[in-house]
Amino acid sequence: MARGAQPLGRIRAPGLAVAFAIAGFLGASVWAVAAKAAGRPGFLTAADLAALRFTLIQAALSAALSVGLAIPVARALARRRFAGRGALITLLGAPFILPVIVAVLGLIAVFGRSGLLNELLALAHLPKISIYGLAGVVLGHVFLNLPLGIRLILQGWQAIPSERVRLAVELEGSRWRLLEWPMLRSVLPGAFLAVFLICLTSFTVALTLGGGPKATTLELAIYQAVRFDFDLAKAAQLALLQLALGAVFAAVAYRSGAALGMGAGLGRQGFAIAPHGRLSTALDTFWIALAATFLLLPMVMVVANGLGGLNGLPSGIGVAVLRSVLVALAAAALSVALALALALRGGPVAMLVGSLPLATSALVVGTGVFLMLHGLINPTRAALPVTAALNALVGLPFVFRGISSAVEETEANYGRLAASLGLFGWARLRLLILPRLRRPLGFAAGLAAAMSVGDLGVILLFSGGDQETLPLMMYRLMGAYRMEAAAGVALVLVVVSLSLFWLFDRGGRADADA
Amino acid sequence: MRKTHLSHVAGLCLIASGAMAETPVLTVYTYDSFTSEWGPGPAVEAAFEETCGCDLQFVAAGDGAALLSRVLLEGASTEADIVLGLDTTLTEKALASGLFAPHGDLAPLDLPVEWIDPTFVPFDWGWFAFVANADVAAPADFEALAASDLKIVIQDPRSSTPGLGLVMWVKAAYGDRAGEIWSALADNIVTVTPGWSEAYGLFLEGEADAVLSYTTSPAYHLIAEGDASKVAWAFAEGHYLQVEVAGKIAGTDQPDLADAFLDFMLTSGFQSVIPTTNWMYPAVTPEGGLPEGYEQMISPVQSLLYSSAEAQAVRDAAVEEWRAALSR
Repeated sequence: MARGAQPLGRIRAPGLAVAFAIAGFLGASVWAVAAKAAGRPGFLTAADLAALRFTLIQAALSAALSVGLAIPVARALARRRFAGRGALITLLGAPFILPVIVAVLGLIAVFGRSGLLNELLALAHLPKISIYGLAGVVLGHVFLNLPLGIRLILQGWQAIPSERVRLAVELEGSRWRLLEWPMLRSVLPGAFLAVFLICLTSFTVALTLGGGPKATTLELAIYQAVRFDFDLAKAAQLALLQLALGAVFAAVAYRSGAALGMGAGLGRQGFAIAPHGRLSTALDTFWIALAATFLLLPMVMVVANGLGGLNGLPSGIGVAVLRSVLVALAAAALSVALALALALRGGPVAMLVGSLPLATSALVVGTGVFLMLHGLINPTRAALPVTAALNALVGLPFVFRGISSAVEETEANYGRLAASLGLFGWARLRLLILPRLRRPLGFAAGLAAAMSVGDLGVILLFSGGDQETLPLMMYRLMGAYRMEAAAGVALVLVVVSLSLFWLFDRGGRADADA
Repeated sequence: MRKTHLSHVAGLCLIASGAMAETPVLTVYTYDSFTSEWGPGPAVEAAFEETCGCDLQFVAAGDGAALLSRVLLEGASTEADIVLGLDTTLTEKALASGLFAPHGDLAPLDLPVEWIDPTFVPFDWGWFAFVANADVAAPADFEALAASDLKIVIQDPRSSTPGLGLVMWVKAAYGDRAGEIWSALADNIVTVTPGWSEAYGLFLEGEADAVLSYTTSPAYHLIAEGDASKVAWAFAEGHYLQVEVAGKIAGTDQPDLADAFLDFMLTSGFQSVIPTTNWMYPAVTPEGGLPEGYEQMISPVQSLLYSSAEAQAVRDAAVEEWRAALSR
């Protein structure tokens, strides 16, 4: 995101190759779908335009609210130290990595017509509230994406060197003006963009909580075109429209991201020197409590529902866990490698390519990959590798977002020094950048792995039936009326995916607080 | 001459031993829940393999619509020999692809409608119905439902076959008045989900009084869970049918096995597992009849069903009517 003078010696070549490969891959997938189409796409219908309009409105609202709420929560988490803080931060990330349907059911157990909230209202003789509609869609998206916003912004705060904070305190300058606002200006556009693009391709949340066809998104129109009308021309057309929207918003976010140059420190995170005023303590407590209640209560319901299903778990659960973990590890490794190459390169191309996978229709890309593989190999036999590869691509934008600002920071602060020392290429990566990237890399790899564990879309396209992962097992149980056992599998899934996330994140944070 | 003859014989021997070593494989594409360990797949596979001397392999692809879309994507080079799990709202599109071959003579069917489709063979069927808790007063028809305060969850006809079935049901029952019925139902609909599982999950969570499912859904709760609290509402207009079918791929390399499978499909070895795995009515009532508990299910007075050609013809307009009415 940093613009202006770039120090010499950045490792740019692999990033360019990766950028071309990803853009080429996405392009080829959409092209494969378009090439299979029988005719040309017609004009967009009134229903398509209504879907486009709703898609943009809900995505903008969801992103604004997710990021807006994340600011005070992340700030409070960055400033305060309390028992269980680390665990709380990990748990607050949980909704983001859930399969959407599990998250929706958890949300409904709290906010639904017969959820906790309405039971409380009934006790107080207040009228019931119904969340279905635009409010429900936005609520669902904020629930799923607030965790991402909190983590991305929290990282920004943690990246402010403690020397800077002390200096600001000593100078009696405004920490907000000197440190926090510049940091936010560099982090917020990327965070907003990420959430916006996720919501741009929303399908299950928008439909389930949307209350009816008023809440139709572009992704549904694509689904309909591929599945019911077999109108591949239209599917490709709509997918390109989504991609174009994604590219435009990525460009805007890039333009509005401000350069950041905090200056070097000893690499300690030192923002915990919090003001002790009663008001600020109360406010921080309020924000942390609010986020914890909003994000954890539905998770508690997911866990509570799941406990009942644990003794009805199907026999294949162990193998499914193993498969899911292996796919997740492969996806995380690939995702991190690709994102690191892009982040090292930096600049607009990396930003664009690091965002595009978010704006692509998973169904269209999956279908394109299917068409490209079909004829070469049996796509079903390659189900797990393909799932890992596509999950890596889905996770890439988050990994990229997670590490790019840290790379920019390091280059901005130490790039000139490194260049003057003749530190280039592999040595620069190993000695300068990677050590400073431990924390964001751990977080990013954990995120990619956890997201992959929760993926249902890709595996459903390719599995063929005998390569059962955890989400697929859950989906099948639900399809066979076995909602209780499905809830049990969902609980296992939450535990596996949070554990993976925690392990990576922990690994990245080990001895980083010295 | 002699040499040629010998090599010819040697070649034949090779082919013969190859055929003996390699059991022929019959590949059946189906929807995902058919092949899961709770679906009919495992029992069907075991029963067919007992007699066919072959290896029956299921390949699962999402739901019925995903199944058809996969076959269409693969086109003539598909590895499928049989496609099992389309319904009559999808078969016209499948037929138009030219990928399917006509079936032979069928065993007598136990369907509530006459079956004349020359290409697709039904393997089970069910009536769509709203499923509710028994303690809720059941409305007598769509108009009574629309006039009530009852809340329902339905599926989106643009992404779900039951959702599409409901749109067809209202269209078949009310014709030109369908749009009006949908407008009246708008305030009863809590939400519209992308698929059956989400809707049924919401209903079990208590989000609605009823969910669009099948008249046989209460049989699952009764037989598998010993829970008699779920009922299906009987509607006076009659109930729309979902008939699930299988078809033979014209370009199959196993035509005889494929025919044998379609014949087997209508025997007890296949049909007897349907009621308690797919929770639908078997297309041919197996020896020994239906399992205990099925006699408690409602039997609609009238069955509604568009032919596949009619279904294709009315579909787009009916869905648009649904969308327009619920978007206001």
